[in-house]
Amino acid sequence: MSDMQDYQSSLGDVASRKFETFSYLPEMTPERIRTQIEYIVSKGWNPGIEHTEPANAVSNFWYMWKLPMFGETDIDAILAEVEACHKAHPENHVRLLGFDNFAQSAGASMVIYRGKSV
Amino acid sequence: MADKAYSAGVKEYRETYWMPEYTPKETDILACFKITPQPGVPREEVAAAVAAESSTGTWTTVWTDLLTDLDYYKGRAYAIEDVPGDDTCFYAFIAYPIDLFEEGSVVNVLTSLVGNVFGFKALRMLRLEDIRFPVAYVMTCNGPPQGIQVERDIMNKYGRPMLGCTIKPKLGLSAKNYGRACYEGLRGGLDFTKDDENVNSQPFMRWRHRFDFVMEAIHKAEAETGERKGHYLNVTAPTSDEMMRRAEYAKEIGAPIIMHDYLTGGLSANTQLAQWCQENGMLLHIHRAMHAVLDRNPHHGIHFRVLTKVLRLSGGDHLHSGTVVGKLEGDRDATLGWIDIMRDSYIKEDRSRGIFFDQDWGAMPGVIPVASGGIHVWHMPALVNIFGDDSVLQFGGGTLGHPWGNAAGAAANRVAVEACVEARNSGVELEKEGKDILTKAAKSSPELKIAMETWKEIKFEFDTVDKLDVAHK
Repeated sequence: MSDMQDYQSSLGDVASRKFETFSYLPEMTPERIRTQIEYIVSKGWNPGIEHTEPANAVSNFWYMWKLPMFGETDIDAILAEVEACHKAHPENHVRLLGFDNFAQSAGASMVIYRGKSV
Repeated sequence: MADKAYSAGVKEYRETYWMPEYTPKETDILACFKITPQPGVPREEVAAAVAAESSTGTWTTVWTDLLTDLDYYKGRAYAIEDVPGDDTCFYAFIAYPIDLFEEGSVVNVLTSLVGNVFGFKALRMLRLEDIRFPVAYVMTCNGPPQGIQVERDIMNKYGRPMLGCTIKPKLGLSAKNYGRACYEGLRGGLDFTKDDENVNSQPFMRWRHRFDFVMEAIHKAEAETGERKGHYLNVTAPTSDEMMRRAEYAKEIGAPIIMHDYLTGGLSANTQLAQWCQENGMLLHIHRAMHAVLDRNPHHGIHFRVLTKVLRLSGGDHLHSGTVVGKLEGDRDATLGWIDIMRDSYIKEDRSRGIFFDQDWGAMPGVIPVASGGIHVWHMPALVNIFGDDSVLQFGGGTLGHPWGNAAGAAANRVAVEACVEARNSGVELEKEGKDILTKAAKSSPELKIAMETWKEIKFEFDTVDKLDVAHK
């Protein structure tokens, strides 16, 4: 029994809140973010940025940061927008999406900046 | 005045039903049968007999044949091919005019194509290998209630396979203990938990109690993790009225997804439930108990790719597909073939995957394949590679058997799947680098580390019984 670890998660501990894809891995580093943006671009998907107050994270509709970057393939330009969104809304969750217009779905979605969950 | 006179007696089938010069029409339903004839019966005669017995014919001429245009309504055996590596049997291709089948009824199609003909004495064995449904027929069917894209939006799951877990032991838990097992799995990072197929409404756990406790598990796990969760509430029941009663209750308490066994429950019930799900915004998970009775014998029965098409037409958002790598039978190329049949909108003929016809699904949504059965974290790299993002990877024992319990088992699988997706997106070859990917991910997940130590040695290396007929033996 002493070798067994308790699974740390509870309603009262905001650290238990997750953010879907990649949120069970260590928080994204700049290099890992860059690699995932390269993947989105390589698939021909349109990058887009959304953000929300942590209290409203369950909503389907987070706030769009500008419009999706249709046709944008410059990784640095996409990264700069992620940064700009975070700077403008430092308390908010910020996620990056890759919109697949053929599937009419997001082929990729990941929270890059995490605000303080509730 | 008609040019035919009535003459009683038995005619050879091939005089009427063997038409090698026939070019199938775009609107014909086409079927490929693998026929093992009785010794001494010519191939053309057997193929024609199958065409006859699965369409308009009977064993003797009847006068009422002359009251209709039988040459239009009959099934036509139009081609015969050798089966590679097996001289005991051959493929027969048969075309049926679309008028032979009621619109929107896979029940009716199967009643003809796999009806009396399968007991016909001139055959030793018979297997329905594939059906081409013309898009004109496809569009008369209901199809999956929601489809892949809608499910992703409902569940808020993007860019990765979804994770499930079948609750074990499959029978005998009380509703509260059962709900506990679900809650632990969901809070640990699963997207779905699942009723085992034989969980219906037994004395030890009646369905309504199960539904209530499981919904509490979902609500609490959602509040705790901030993610959306579901449980496939099995509404398979002794009658379709009772099935609908359970489905209505699942909707009433806010369940996002319910479940049905489409073969044992029956295709009429399944189609009815799928239509109801579409009207009521519910997802429908489909189990396939009894499929191996029909599809495992390489010479007799119905191939699973046909059962897959039948389900997509009848309706379901998930369908168990086999895992390739787990404890249950499934040839890799053949599995890739029927996964395409589930998900894609147009599938080309590809004999290397056992696909005999082009299949156009028109506007019909796809079905998500569910890989389930004897899989654990070590299989994750292969599973992500084989199934891709539009899939549910379902670990029963591989979640619940974790030495620290379901939540830890779920977390181990969630870390593993995310690590594999990230590696794949980074251009890493998953099946080659699988061990490194998992080992690296386990550095920040003690749950994954223990899971890898627990299951390292488990392998399933029996040869497949039902192989594709592609190589000479």
